[in-house]
Amino acid sequence: MASPTPMEDAIREKITAALQPTRLEIYNDSHLHAHHAPMQGVTSKETHFRLIITSEAFGSKMQPARHRLVYSLLKHEMAQEGGIHALQLRTMTPEEEATRRAQEAGSE
Amino acid sequence: MFSRTIISRAVRQTAARSSAFAAVRPTPLSTPAPATSFLLSLASQRRLLSDAVRQAIDKAVASAPVVLFMKGTPETPQCGFSRASIQVLGLQGVDPNKFAAFNVLEDQELRQGIKEYSDWPTIPQLYIDKEFVGGCDIIVSMHQNGELAKLLEEKGVLLKEEGGQAEGETKE
Repeated sequence: MASPTPMEDAIREKITAALQPTRLEIYNDSHLHAHHAPMQGVTSKETHFRLIITSEAFGSKMQPARHRLVYSLLKHEMAQEGGIHALQLRTMTPEEEATRRAQEAGSE
Repeated sequence: MFSRTIISRAVRQTAARSSAFAAVRPTPLSTPAPATSFLLSLASQRRLLSDAVRQAIDKAVASAPVVLFMKGTPETPQCGFSRASIQVLGLQGVDPNKFAAFNVLEDQELRQGIKEYSDWPTIPQLYIDKEFVGGCDIIVSMHQNGELAKLLEEKGVLLKEEGGQAEGETKE
């Protein structure tokens, strides 16, 4: 039986395989954008995603390079008709995630 | 909460500043600059990034120290991510004289070409001193962690007067 969330499945599969993330959160925000003009006539419920990825693979890469890496993994999903229209990314190494957590804890 | 403060302040400041953006430097596409009319004249040709389109985008990228390729105009963005990006630039106090925005929705060649040119599949895209900086997520995170303020300061593209961007409330 076909998955109700083929796009999300593809994202999870490809990113997990390529980046072995220690944290991967996938949020489908499509419903927030369904009324936007570019979405008229699009029936997919999987057009807008927000990802939080923590992976060693991002080490020594600046943010644009990290985003390009993720974009390249999802090239097919982004290029296809009615595919991913918007992809928000937060990309961290495990060290950066630890630093961020420490900062957040400290600022409370 | 932090994010909410940022957003409401951004809305107010952008409203206050948008007239400055409009008055000093209209969006190049609404009054076509050389680079843009060149692009328009190329419309309906091939999809591949031709030398001509590449050169036109070279010109667009070099048309100001800070260049944003966006959906819609600074005054009326047509996409939330473009809106957020223009708000950040307004909040940072980018000098309208040193800023240009290109509306990709008005030009299919530009819309496709810029993605290939930057090797970046989404809009908006920010260039500073002809160098690709990133899309909306990168702009916002650099805004929050102070890197953007530092970069804009180094490049000398901020408004000089009134001690900069973060001066709390705008007066009614």
